[in-house]
Amino acid sequence: MIAINAIDQLAEPYDIAIVGAGPAGLAAAARAAELGLSVLLADENPAPGGQIYRAVTTTPVAKRDVLGEDYWKGGALVERLTKTTASYAPGCTVWSVAPDEEGGFELGLSLGGRARLISAGQIILATGAQERPFPIPGWTLPGVMTAGAAQIALKSSGLVPSGRTVIAGCGPLLYLLAGQLAAAGADIVAVLDTTPRRNWLSALPALPDFLRSPYLAKGLKLMAAARGKLSFRTGVTALAAQGADKVTGVTVTRGGKTETIACDALLLHHGVIPGINLSNAAGCAQHFDTVQHCWTPTVDDWFASSIPGIAIAGDGAGIGGAESAALRGEIAALDAVRRLGHLTEGQRDSHAAPARAELARSLRGRRFLDLLYRPAETFLAPPANETIICRCEEVTAGQIRDTASRLGVTGPNQMKAFLRCGMGPCQGRLCGPTVVELIAQVHGVSPADTGYYRLRPPVKPITLAELAALPPSEAAVKAVVR
Amino acid sequence: MFRPIADIKPGPSLGFTFDGSPMTARAGDTVAAALLANGIQACRQTPVSGAARGPYCMMGVCFDCLVVIDGVGNRQGCLVPLREGMRIETQAGRRHPDGGQS
Ligand code: FES
Repeated sequence: MIAINAIDQLAEPYDIAIVGAGPAGLAAAARAAELGLSVLLADENPAPGGQIYRAVTTTPVAKRDVLGEDYWKGGALVERLTKTTASYAPGCTVWSVAPDEEGGFELGLSLGGRARLISAGQIILATGAQERPFPIPGWTLPGVMTAGAAQIALKSSGLVPSGRTVIAGCGPLLYLLAGQLAAAGADIVAVLDTTPRRNWLSALPALPDFLRSPYLAKGLKLMAAARGKLSFRTGVTALAAQGADKVTGVTVTRGGKTETIACDALLLHHGVIPGINLSNAAGCAQHFDTVQHCWTPTVDDWFASSIPGIAIAGDGAGIGGAESAALRGEIAALDAVRRLGHLTEGQRDSHAAPARAELARSLRGRRFLDLLYRPAETFLAPPANETIICRCEEVTAGQIRDTASRLGVTGPNQMKAFLRCGMGPCQGRLCGPTVVELIAQVHGVSPADTGYYRLRPPVKPITLAELAALPPSEAAVKAVVR
Repeated sequence: MFRPIADIKPGPSLGFTFDGSPMTARAGDTVAAALLANGIQACRQTPVSGAARGPYCMMGVCFDCLVVIDGVGNRQGCLVPLREGMRIETQAGRRHPDGGQS
């Protein structure tokens, strides 16, 4: 592996550029490099692993059972990559992907405060997932974080919340985190479970598959570990974070009764959704996945997007978890190598066969979890008008509902023009799904019919200093201004 | 606020300042993690209402960890590794692409 620590070390053009060094990106990069192609793996984070295997090579958590055996599997993926000739650029942000004139692609990158455009023949986006927005009154207070954030602090820095901690939401990752934090010695005063009881009805038909899946044993173990030690409260129908300039408590409604639990940290989780900003801005077609209830790039069996030459592997193309992400990365890489003419279709297919079989196994039972842990309507489209939806521009649910009904705004892009929601630095990552949901609710249509933000590069803010470092070429202007 | 777990692997520490106060954190921490470990929950004020914010996602998504680092504003603290002697400051006021504050 060639470590890239400064932007002028990039030896372009690359055969394949891969964005994101989680399980999908690591597996894709390793596979393509093993087949003799020149590969760049660019990742925003300081160390490989993505979020699920965050800091797997550098974590200061000494006791292995705190993070669980699944976490340590990430080490093998990193080790495999280090044995190849792939270039790996940590701390490198990819802010634009666009076709160039020669049938390849141009990527806009920033590393160490400098920007550069490089070219690559094929692109694999492995940008993974982000937490689903969990808008409740007070969720912007310091001390309120995502469950994933607490997990990252634990994995990469060996930190746990120091005071009374409340965990709220639903889904396997929530129970996993509760177990991990408890094992690491955090003071968890309550786990507030928002799983809607009627979800059992819609999830039931998917139960038989789940019962035969690898999730089952794992899930039962997680639940037993978390429930045994922790104070679980189920049937939660409303939440609000309390406090003036930091969180001091959380108000909980269950069974029609409301109580306030004092706390110093509130960790929220309603599952993860694909991070679609880069694929959306690159122009890859997206659709609304009604089972996972989120916008998802449309891909084929080889994880190829609607733009020939751009594949999307891992959770960024639909949530499947770490194991499936690595397999999807592997399969996408084989097709990219085939597109570059280094494998025949037959060779590609036979190389991919074992990964495909594994993939089917790893995804079995997923549907049940997706349906069971789908957040309730009241968390997807918050009823309290004062709830901030766009954290960047501080736009509330009331403003969005009002603008949708009074001014007849029917889509998120128009809403953006009226209220600036989605125009802050996060570029709609934390308001997009909720804005869509609120508009859909006001007009009585589905999120699919409402559409999503149309995004433009750069997908991360770049500074004037970075821009100034770009050559004054037409390509540079196109990459930044559209 | 956060604290290190009981049996954390020992490692070197780095010195830095936050709004002028000297602090230390573990080498390997990001700026956002280093602040959390030092009991700092709020690291910026929003440009719209001036409300206090602190890291929310720790993975580069939310931009609520924005701080000024060595005079350069609007840096995502959760993505920047801490370095010895860093001068970290609260990000206040309206965002300017090049970090100036108003
Ligand atoms: S904490 Fe969300 S971007 Fe840094």
